[in-house]
Amino acid sequence: MPTTQFDSILERREAAMLGMWLFLATEVLFFGPLFFGYFHSRLASHDAFVAGSHHMHFWLGTINTAVLLTSSFTMALAVQVAQDRGRFLRLLLLASAALGIAFLCIKGYEYASEIPEVARAEGPEQVFYLLYFAMTGLHAIHLTIGAVLVIWTAFISARRAIRVEVLGLYWHFVDAVWLFLYPMFYLLERYSA
Amino acid sequence: MSYLAEGFSLRSWLTTNDHKRIAVLYMVAITAFFFVGGAAATLIRLELATPAGDLVQPETYNKLFTIHGVVMVWFFLIPSIPSVLGNFLVPLMVGARDMAFPRLNLASWYIYVLGGLFTVATLIAGGVDTGWTFYTPYSTMFSNGNVLLAVAGVFIVGFSSILTGLNIIVTVHRLRAPGLTWFRLPLFVWANYATSLILILATPVLAMTLCLVALERVFHVGIFDPALGGDPLLFQHLFWFYSHPAVYIMVLPAMGVASEIIPCFARRPVFGYRFMAYAILAIASIGFLVWGHHMFVSGQSLYAGLVFSMLSFLVAIPSAIKVFNWTATLYKGSITFAAPMLYALGFVGLFTIGGMTGLFLAATAVDVHLTDTYFVIAHFHYIMVGGSVMCYLGGIHFWWPKISGRMYPEMWGRAAALLIFFGFNLTFFPQYLLGWLGMPRRYHAYPPELQLLNVFSSAGAVVLALGYLLPLGYLGWSLLYGKKAPPNPWQATGLEWQTASPPPKHNFEHEPVVHQGPYAYDPVR
Repeated sequence: MPTTQFDSILERREAAMLGMWLFLATEVLFFGPLFFGYFHSRLASHDAFVAGSHHMHFWLGTINTAVLLTSSFTMALAVQVAQDRGRFLRLLLLASAALGIAFLCIKGYEYASEIPEVARAEGPEQVFYLLYFAMTGLHAIHLTIGAVLVIWTAFISARRAIRVEVLGLYWHFVDAVWLFLYPMFYLLERYSA
Repeated sequence: MSYLAEGFSLRSWLTTNDHKRIAVLYMVAITAFFFVGGAAATLIRLELATPAGDLVQPETYNKLFTIHGVVMVWFFLIPSIPSVLGNFLVPLMVGARDMAFPRLNLASWYIYVLGGLFTVATLIAGGVDTGWTFYTPYSTMFSNGNVLLAVAGVFIVGFSSILTGLNIIVTVHRLRAPGLTWFRLPLFVWANYATSLILILATPVLAMTLCLVALERVFHVGIFDPALGGDPLLFQHLFWFYSHPAVYIMVLPAMGVASEIIPCFARRPVFGYRFMAYAILAIASIGFLVWGHHMFVSGQSLYAGLVFSMLSFLVAIPSAIKVFNWTATLYKGSITFAAPMLYALGFVGLFTIGGMTGLFLAATAVDVHLTDTYFVIAHFHYIMVGGSVMCYLGGIHFWWPKISGRMYPEMWGRAAALLIFFGFNLTFFPQYLLGWLGMPRRYHAYPPELQLLNVFSSAGAVVLALGYLLPLGYLGWSLLYGKKAPPNPWQATGLEWQTASPPPKHNFEHEPVVHQGPYAYDPVR
């Protein structure tokens, strides 16, 4: 590995962490138009959005939230033991990836069961579903990439410590996005009207 | 051994991780696109030489100004200074051996090329007619052009900008030489740093907005089309949230270039260095808050319009600080009018005119009269061509000895700079008058009484085209026959001049240590 640009491992680690933080800033703004579009459209067509949230599968979404939060827990533990290079680290990484994949499977089942309802939607309710699929879909793409990277990292050894830390940041970011999506689509005004 | 002599095969260039070689790759790519965009502009000006729409069909004309805008904005202006000069110079100026992420740097060039291929494919497939702004619902529901291809190209090229920006920020934070504190950084580095912040924060918004355009066009499920329950103003807000800061992506690095050239050829430290740095940051931040001035007549709330108007006036303050400080740098200086200096001085004048006319447009009442007229066209060409392109060329001349190891022919350089300055003003000054008289943009025909000014403008475009072809010729000539450049031909300050021309692969023989601020010029008496 060429390391011409850095003087030390410490410098490399700091650069990698800063790079990931900046990338996450880009990611926040990448999701930005969808969030802005959601709030703008919700204000414009309030009733359609309330109706839409009644069609969401509340329990699947809630179970998925728990699955994803647990994966963040195992990932946080992995970052804690990142320096150890032991078998425990690999186990934690694979557990995080497995929970992420479980989330994706549940989400896929949920999508499949929603298609008949979506096909009936019209007008502003279509906007609700467009945003739902765009936002949760983009989130799922991010989670897929994350799972692939975590599995890859679990089976390579070179410079794993830095990579686990950087990947941990990304993983928590993807989870944090879901923590916004879950109330926006599943909870907001579901029980108030 | 210089970085150019590290390998001569095509493979050694296409697989390089060296920031200097990647900068040269970028230079070649954006030069190609500059002449594609320039060809479209030439055809536009040819059509407008006569009042009747006789050269091209109206549909063709729409495609011409669209491709001119798309290519010039995303494939030339945005990557021009950051990805070429920034890529080459930022590591040198901070005393680093390379960018923080060299492989990401090369990836950004390949992403640029991929985006470029989509744009070329758009052209081959018959073009696109939405204008570079892709306004909905026309772009999503009605246009018959290749909107998806064009949008894909812009989407992809955005990620090349993001990676370059990310690289520059981490490099400036983490790889500065010992003793090189933030307030010892050259203003060029400050400018590219601020630009990079805009690149990573604004570009993703455009990317997602264009995704939504593609979704609406493909699935006919609308978030922008009112017929489908969407809102076209939402598109305009999102688009300009990127595209106004994009103006500062184009002009801030140009300001950085001017801030290097002017002190060098006036032999004076830049006046008010700290304020220059703060002004760069102020422009970058306020630039995020003014996008609504593109929408004064769109039907947005009157009060929103007033706030955006006020914020737009506010941006003039740091911009004026910079103009005053460049001028004050000249005061009692020992000025030599080398070619880079001619470009830099031309930039200051043209930027001032472009900026001042921006204030006309920031005033809501005046803007109602001037929206979508040639006044707007003239205004932003004074900033983007008079500002960014002048400084890009000035920077290319200034650092040509460093990049190529050869001196360019000075007399030709000066002649081209003067020709471009003259041609530019002849092209675009009449457009202010045309706009004031009410000539709308994006029409291929116009009333006969406006012909005289249009002929001036078209004649200017010919001069300008000639001016742009000249450097291509004599810079190419200098690669083979130019005088060998010494390490520091301009007796300039700055770490990039303390190493060989061209620099070795890892930039410096020994890591430089910095003991003083930038621009330590001793006035020549």
